Amino acid sequence: MGNVIGIGASPRRKEDQRFLTGRGNYVSDIKRPGMAAGVFLRSPHAHALIRGIDKQAALEMPGVIAVLTGEDVAADGLGSLPCGWGITDARGVPMKEPPFPMLAQGKVRFVGDMVAFVIAETVEDASTAAELVKVDYEVLPSVVGVLDAVRPGAPKLFDDVPNNICCDWELGDKAAVDTAFRKAAHVARLSLVNNRLIGNPMEPRAAIAEYNPGTGQHTLWTTSQFPHVVRFLMSALVLKLPEHKVRVVAPDVGGGFGVKQFHYGEEAVITWAAKRVMRPVKWVASRSECYVSDRHGRDHVTEAELALDEKGKFLALRVKTLANMGGYLSTFGPNIPTNLYGPLLSGVYTTPAIYCNVKVVFTNTVPVDAYRGAGRPEATFVLERIVDVAASDMGIDRVELRRRNMIPKEAYPYQTPVLVQYDSGDPIGCLDGALAAADVKWFGTRKAASARSGKFRGLGFSTYVEACGLAPSRFAGRLGARGGLYESATVRVHPAGQVTVLIGTHNHGQGHETTFAQIVSEKLGVAFENVDIVFGDTDRVQFGMGTYGSRSLVVGGAALSKAADKVIVKGKKIAAHLLEASEADIHFEAGKFSVAGTDRAKTLGEIAVAAYVPHNYPLEVLEPGLEEQAYYDPVNFTYPGGCHIAEVEIDPETGAVTLVDYTAVDDVGTVINPMIVEGQLHGGIVQGVGQALYENAVYDESSGQLMSGSLMDYCMPRADHLPMMKVATHSTLCTHTPMGVKGCGEVGTIGSPAAVINAVVDALAHLGVTHVDMPATPNRIWRLIQNASLPIAAE
Amino acid sequence: MRSFAYHQPNAIPEAVSLLAEQPESRPLAGGMTLIPTLKQRLAAPAALVDLAGLPDIKGCSNGNAVVTIGAMTTHAEVASSPLVKSQIPALAALASVIGDPAVRDRGTIGGSVANNDPAADYPAGVLGLGATIVTSAREIAAENFFFGLFETALKPNEIITAIRFPVPLSAGYAKFKAPASRYAVVGVFVAKTATGVRVAVTGAGSGVFRVPQMERALAEAFDPTAIAAIKIDAEGLTSDIHADAGYRAHLVTVMAKRAVATALGAA
Repeated sequence: MGNVIGIGASPRRKEDQRFLTGRGNYVSDIKRPGMAAGVFLRSPHAHALIRGIDKQAALEMPGVIAVLTGEDVAADGLGSLPCGWGITDARGVPMKEPPFPMLAQGKVRFVGDMVAFVIAETVEDASTAAELVKVDYEVLPSVVGVLDAVRPGAPKLFDDVPNNICCDWELGDKAAVDTAFRKAAHVARLSLVNNRLIGNPMEPRAAIAEYNPGTGQHTLWTTSQFPHVVRFLMSALVLKLPEHKVRVVAPDVGGGFGVKQFHYGEEAVITWAAKRVMRPVKWVASRSECYVSDRHGRDHVTEAELALDEKGKFLALRVKTLANMGGYLSTFGPNIPTNLYGPLLSGVYTTPAIYCNVKVVFTNTVPVDAYRGAGRPEATFVLERIVDVAASDMGIDRVELRRRNMIPKEAYPYQTPVLVQYDSGDPIGCLDGALAAADVKWFGTRKAASARSGKFRGLGFSTYVEACGLAPSRFAGRLGARGGLYESATVRVHPAGQVTVLIGTHNHGQGHETTFAQIVSEKLGVAFENVDIVFGDTDRVQFGMGTYGSRSLVVGGAALSKAADKVIVKGKKIAAHLLEASEADIHFEAGKFSVAGTDRAKTLGEIAVAAYVPHNYPLEVLEPGLEEQAYYDPVNFTYPGGCHIAEVEIDPETGAVTLVDYTAVDDVGTVINPMIVEGQLHGGIVQGVGQALYENAVYDESSGQLMSGSLMDYCMPRADHLPMMKVATHSTLCTHTPMGVKGCGEVGTIGSPAAVINAVVDALAHLGVTHVDMPATPNRIWRLIQNASLPIAAE
Repeated sequence: MRSFAYHQPNAIPEAVSLLAEQPESRPLAGGMTLIPTLKQRLAAPAALVDLAGLPDIKGCSNGNAVVTIGAMTTHAEVASSPLVKSQIPALAALASVIGDPAVRDRGTIGGSVANNDPAADYPAGVLGLGATIVTSAREIAAENFFFGLFETALKPNEIITAIRFPVPLSAGYAKFKAPASRYAVVGVFVAKTATGVRVAVTGAGSGVFRVPQMERALAEAFDPTAIAAIKIDAEGLTSDIHADAGYRAHLVTVMAKRAVATALGAA
């Protein structure tokens, strides 16, 4: 029998056996008997009225089974796609919440909006038939940018949403901030754009739906990060089906990054359609289709001001942001630029007063929702950029200015002026660790060497704090969440002593099957190989909220830990009976229940046998079996934090930025599997570097067409864009999670954009450059250098 | 992808007649552009005539100071060919920076030249070296071959069989690549030959073009400093989401300087 592999070890990932040998089971691998193919006809226009749809030619094509449109949806009385968060403005007025129909109802609002679903015997037939569907569009003027969308006279997406503003949201004490600004010795100011991103998980979205008329059961296989939530939202709110008649399976999923944590119209349409045609139906998105239908991320325009006293102490921060929501409210849409943004503006600093105003704005673009980090990278970018601007303005060293304002370790728990209370942290420890690891003291030498070869070298710092482990349900409810945010786990000890865990989170690349098995192996003393983790099937696993917001280990792992504790509690009762001792005298350690002070003991396996073959068992007071379930609702968010340092070199002739070194020292609490944490940090950092240097979703302002709609035009970072990264942890333990964990899924993405851009600005500082918008492309950098050089040349 | 007929002829005349028989057919070389186009349903040929089975149009050979590369030779084969590396190292270097390894293993020189993508690398090498395009029907000088945006002198049923490159005294290629597509934002091929200097630019405009002003300056002094002050007019150059025309014009000078430096290093 194998060994216990517990907390702190780095075993190879259990799931990699099937992934690396081509035995994964993704939605597109699944075939059902009699399966037909579905294709979505999507709007080619950013904004248009649908005057009529002629499906005759498509229906007459051989092989075509059905063509469904918004009229069919309306005739069946189906609901619209729900938004999971209802935010309000400062006066308590709820956000404008126009319907988001699963197939367009009379109007399309972005390029990619779904107009019809065509089902045929083959994908080829369905694609050809989709081209034969004649849609009579009356094209309307469109608007893609937030600044344009709120201007008087801008095209309106919805008749009852004036100025396209969904909600004018506020957070913080405006009066206190105004007062602090009046007293300030200096005010730093910054205008910035947080560029729109497209998540691009490796596996495109896909779904298969099947209806069994014998049982009345619907089954949906979908590329989802949260199958139970899809089942609930789709059955209860969209299709109005009894929830017990709907099974949602999210099998192996090839990456999510937030893109797959929403209830998409495609899921509802295909589930509804499969019953209508009485055939299983499969849809697999092409990469091009993903670009115009996967929810996008970021897309803010921000004005920020930081008030400081003469010594550089932060007095107040004022932030005004226009956040792009796209054409409709997606599942978490309005929550991201508000509740996950404003409360993070305190960062690791003692800023006593903060005011944040966010106008959430509709535009004729793909709906915007959570993407790795979700609101928190945007907040960190604002804060860490304006701190650099203030340091430059006041002639104070950037690191010293940060140090002067950091929350000291002993000040935790720390209540910020923007809702949240940090339980633990050590920003100065992370900073010092990063300064040493990045070899900052010899930066001057490296910069001089770069200068000798005609290059500009820059160093950039970013600190951050993240609120994750989403989320305490009661707190979230006050902020507008319409659902709970707990997690669930079942620990099933089999009669022969092996363990199956049923957990409500979803593993799509994070290594949960390994990390969670380590927790059980350690807690129950069971061999690592004898623990399997089951997830992603609403018929197998109790209700769970899924994976997003760095919550799986923090919330799901806590539920798992609680369930394992319950197994131990029951095991002690059984052991007390078998060993004829008092329950209070039973001690559990390393898989053995023993009577304190004696050598009498029973293994977990022996206890399991007794529980399932209860011949000698206290049946009068204890149920047979050894399976325990726990739900865990966190008492607070967790607050990972850290310090990232980027070093760049710029070729002034071409404007090309090379990231030459990267250091991250992160406080993620207890580390269960260091290898997996390192991998999460690498991946997160790379996605942040992607935003800073390469990625940009660009819409044509006049036509509303997505210009960066392919991997040829939307640049994902690649291995040759990146240096070797130095990644380390400097952990303080979370005070309220069972194992002291804080989560690590998003930290890399949160800390890195500001670090990279601060390095780019530092490299160009001698030219008078004070800000660079993302992505810092060669063209943009070269233009900045040209513009900066002109007056110098004229002197 | 729509359905289509597929042919794999064994001889060039057979390929030509297959193309002639079916006007809606297309020749298939490495398929690095054509296959994605089919998958996106942007083209729907009735038939594909796969050139992979044709004899004698693959591989590199030399003679009389000319390197001949068969049309179906992949970029990876050109990049690693000892012959090309010794005779025209700049051409091997050009092939080694096309796309990514998957593209280099499938894509062919004939396919790339026939497609004439305005940002492809080979057109710069072909025009810069003054190569000759050999087809199933005739021989065409590079000067007379490229007509701008995906247009060439090729007739409907004409197949490229080989490209003949005169061996230069020295040459260099410098490319500023688009980070996503790996196509040239600007690529400049500079060749010094017995009869003069040739400078060919890809990526910057609607098709490959020469820069006579730079060629004259380099004929006088083959050194990067000779062209450092030569500015290209941005008028007519490409502006897109990756690079504006003014930046591309600037990059032509930078890349030309770097190509000359490479040529001098390799000479």
